[in-house]
Amino acid sequence: MNGVPDLLVLDHVTAGYGLGDVLHGVDLTVAEGEVVCLIGPNGAGKSTVLRTVSGLLRPGGGQVRLRGEPVDHLSPRERLLRGIAHVPQERSLFPAMSVWDNLLMGGHILDRGRAGRAAVRERADTVAEQFPIVAARRHEAAGSLSGGEQKQVELARALMLDPALMLLDEPSIGLEPRARQAVFATVRALADAGRSILLVEQNARSGLAVADRAAVLESGRVQLNGTGRALLADPRVARLYLGAKEGV
Amino acid sequence: MRRRLGRYRRYGPGLAGLAGLAALVVFPLAVSAPWLVTVGLFTLMYAALASAWNLVGGYAGYPSLGHAAFFGMGAYAEAIWWTHRTAGSGYGPFWTLPPIGLAVAAVAVPVAWIAMRTRTDVFAIVTITFLFVVQTLAFNLRGLTGGAQGVAMPVAPFTPATFERPFYYAMLALLLLALAMSYGVLHSRLGLALTAVRGDEDKARSVGVPVGAAKLTAFALSVVVTAMAGGVWAYYLSFIYPQFAIDPLLSIGMVLMVFLGGRGTLWGPVLGAFVVAPAQQYLAYRFGASQLYLLAYAALFVVVMLVMPRGALPTLRDRIRRAEARA
Repeated sequence: MNGVPDLLVLDHVTAGYGLGDVLHGVDLTVAEGEVVCLIGPNGAGKSTVLRTVSGLLRPGGGQVRLRGEPVDHLSPRERLLRGIAHVPQERSLFPAMSVWDNLLMGGHILDRGRAGRAAVRERADTVAEQFPIVAARRHEAAGSLSGGEQKQVELARALMLDPALMLLDEPSIGLEPRARQAVFATVRALADAGRSILLVEQNARSGLAVADRAAVLESGRVQLNGTGRALLADPRVARLYLGAKEGV
Repeated sequence: MRRRLGRYRRYGPGLAGLAGLAALVVFPLAVSAPWLVTVGLFTLMYAALASAWNLVGGYAGYPSLGHAAFFGMGAYAEAIWWTHRTAGSGYGPFWTLPPIGLAVAAVAVPVAWIAMRTRTDVFAIVTITFLFVVQTLAFNLRGLTGGAQGVAMPVAPFTPATFERPFYYAMLALLLLALAMSYGVLHSRLGLALTAVRGDEDKARSVGVPVGAAKLTAFALSVVVTAMAGGVWAYYLSFIYPQFAIDPLLSIGMVLMVFLGGRGTLWGPVLGAFVVAPAQQYLAYRFGASQLYLLAYAALFVVVMLVMPRGALPTLRDRIRRAEARA
């Protein structure tokens, strides 16, 4: 983004599982207040990028920087404290706990002493105002909510630490169309509020529509880069990821 | 009606708790038969042990089958200490219980640090293996434990007619300590962390819960009470030997009581102990030699798992909520 400092920089990052690398020198930036969407085929390494940023996976080479500071050596917990919140693809709520307790879990890291506890409660009240489902179903077990409702609570929980950067891994996966729309509306609202988001999305059309910038990842490398709108209009993206026919 | 229900919900449990506590305090004074006080003493011991076990097995979801080892370590520590000293006024050995509880917890932490790298059924196997290691050590470290011959400590110099009373009140104090710990944990960030660990440890870690520290703290708290109960038990009996002090059935008893009453609840383990322990005492007296009570144990376990797998209190609470929702 012109003139806006980069919040996150992935500088030629390689990473993988076991002996094999999945990412082969990924370069990517997310500016302050920007939504960047990563699209690509299955197995391209999109989720691996997010796991590398959140610390669940250590890069084999290259560097991950947050506000110019390398974070590769930090644990996921330390990165959380620096403001990187990861909402994974799979359902991540604690189904037996109430919706409210799930929300409080998002602030657990700060819940120390009376002042910390009060701050977490206050933050929970603020977050609940933005997510009506949390207030409406606060005493119910999270497992009793629908998939779309659970995703809303997951997003609310990720906001508990007021993160500088949100990593959203396929937030719309497995949701029915109305719940999917609600999730993208929430992502849009977060973006409008100035939240920086790195979004991985299989539903390329919706992902690109919500993004300021986007990148296409294939075989662990960034193959295309541009604004969300530009990539939506790119014929190669249209053919491979938006279901357009040859020549359209 | 609703207002009355709300008022009951607010003050009812506290008032019931106070009434229960008063009844437990008065019980040994009102009852003249010593055997009844003995049954009460063992019931309180099991209630304290089950509440302590619940911190690990209920809140954190780590089903330890090795807690009898820590009970035995507390018992041996007490017995060995007082075979080398005089029991003084008779109350002296009770004052050594807190340091014994803390010392056994200090031994338990590294054990838990290793064992808690495994989960669920593997954790249960690791902990019961530890139990047998400790039992074998008790058999073989003859210079310290007396081996299979056991170790005898001086009999407490209390009046025969009311001999059980001090031990009864010591067990009641331990039950109150275990309940205070459980209440404190349940209403703290540690309780929330342990509930998250029980739900899904990896998810808990991903939201920043210090999983290892939470588990070890719960384990250590649990062992403090367990070892202290072992100390009171050893002083009461004044003679212990390995297979008696480090008995896997003790661990199984704790598990059964917690499962019956309700895992991860404050009062469930107490309810379980108050049902199972007196019945166990009766069956052990009545059919002790044949060990038929073990069949009753197994049958009860199967029934609990089939009829109310979450335990009596959670099942009852669900039924009340459903009835209220229908009304």
